[in-house]
Amino acid sequence: MVETRERKLPAPSISPETKAYWDAAAKGKLLVRKCTSCGEVHHYPRTICPFCFSDRTEWIEASGKGTIYSYSVMRRAPVPYVMAYVTLAEGPRMVTNIVDCNFDKLEVEQAVKLVFKPTDGGPPLPMFTPA
Amino acid sequence: MSIKGKAYIAGIYEHPTRLAKDLSLAQIHAEVAKGALEDAGLGKDDVDGYFCAGDAPGLGPMSMVEYMGLRPRHVDSTDTGGSSYVLHVGHAAEAIAAGKCKVALITLAGRPRAEGMATGTVPRSRGGTPTPDEPFEFPYGPTVVNMYAMCAMRHMYEFGTTSEQLAWIKVAASHHAQHNPHALLKDVVTVEDVVNSPMISDPLHRLDCCVITDGGGAIVVVAPDIAARLKRPKVRLLGASEFIKTQMGGKVDLTYSGARFTGPAAFAEAGVKPSDIKYASIYDSFTITVLMQLEDLGFCEKGKGGKFVSDGNLIAGQGKLPFNTDGGGLCSNHPGNRGGLTKVLEAVRQLRGEAHPKVQVKNCDLALAHGTGGSLGLRHGSATVILERE
Repeated sequence: MVETRERKLPAPSISPETKAYWDAAAKGKLLVRKCTSCGEVHHYPRTICPFCFSDRTEWIEASGKGTIYSYSVMRRAPVPYVMAYVTLAEGPRMVTNIVDCNFDKLEVEQAVKLVFKPTDGGPPLPMFTPA
Repeated sequence: MSIKGKAYIAGIYEHPTRLAKDLSLAQIHAEVAKGALEDAGLGKDDVDGYFCAGDAPGLGPMSMVEYMGLRPRHVDSTDTGGSSYVLHVGHAAEAIAAGKCKVALITLAGRPRAEGMATGTVPRSRGGTPTPDEPFEFPYGPTVVNMYAMCAMRHMYEFGTTSEQLAWIKVAASHHAQHNPHALLKDVVTVEDVVNSPMISDPLHRLDCCVITDGGGAIVVVAPDIAARLKRPKVRLLGASEFIKTQMGGKVDLTYSGARFTGPAAFAEAGVKPSDIKYASIYDSFTITVLMQLEDLGFCEKGKGGKFVSDGNLIAGQGKLPFNTDGGGLCSNHPGNRGGLTKVLEAVRQLRGEAHPKVQVKNCDLALAHGTGGSLGLRHGSATVILERE
């Protein structure tokens, strides 16, 4: 199925800890958080690394390339949509949606690329579409 | 210190209602508490430990302690969603072993059906200060069903699991539910019925999902000296374990649940192994939940769950591992969208020899109950208990 109706997306709540992430999203960039102590990249972003607990973490810009780790077409919704985990090229898997595609043609491990979709009064959400 | 043999389940009660339009939430908590205490042969004033979770009205245990007129010297309102009450059994045993209480009451109640809640298909925001994960998840529309569905999708990809195999779990539950007069769904269904029911969120069909019901239940856990003077069959706690499985900073792995950790820990404490278990209560919010937990608890190899559940292997009287003989969450009830407590209840019935005769497991002397709470695909609490008939 190809869904042409637009979903109304709620605006994400923004905290001081993650404001930079959403400011970047408004500019069409996806940031992820990298620890300079252990070198691990994590998501969702935190100031203290969830792997080594170092506070030496910094933002890096993600390439926007990824693959679908898993997905599900949510059919019982006013406007059907695709929930997904995408494995970013940088490593972490993030909760997202797959958009602008034929839902029935999607496959696990399919390559996807970054797009942004507007929210209701907030910064846009990073989502993915088949590459 | 181990809790092995330090506590007994002396009383249980399950509310018969599946639609509680005329009952208050607090009232259901009190009714199930009364039922379980009467079952044990104890009174309200014997209770010195009280356990509840987020389904209880008010702040932690306080409102219900007041409403029921309790005077506990030990309370615990740890909330790990539907697994809370399995975890509470373990915590009650710990408190009893430490001398903090002797008669622990655990209650659960909920009325999502009376309240018309769209339990599985609408994204939920908790309100108040957002959890740190919320901005990165909620706007995308995660629901109960689509997050479990993603686990099923990945399981199918990695291990070749099929919708027909998952359907066998519902089929087995329905075979049991036909004998439970209180079950919401009493009709026996076939694999075809399940895979031909409407797709809710790929690959989960409507009949892969549990029921939405009101109701509740209660458990009374007591110290050995209390159990010794009661008249009910003695059900002894041998092992208990809990774990919180998360997204691990982005190293998400949907192929296993927290049962991978709670199973081995509970079996080690109990000194038994999966093949010793005569009956298992397995959390059944969805068919995939059961399949993954069976693998993780060690009843079969990882990835072989589909084959294990097929051909009626979970049906009492014909399969190797009878499960959820009350019909479980898939057919009987899922009070307050939290199915852990009823898992313990049916395990106790089996050990007492008080399950329905058509589903009673012969010589059932060792049983397991396992709960998963929260979201299998996001973050969840797991809890396992192993129980023995003495």
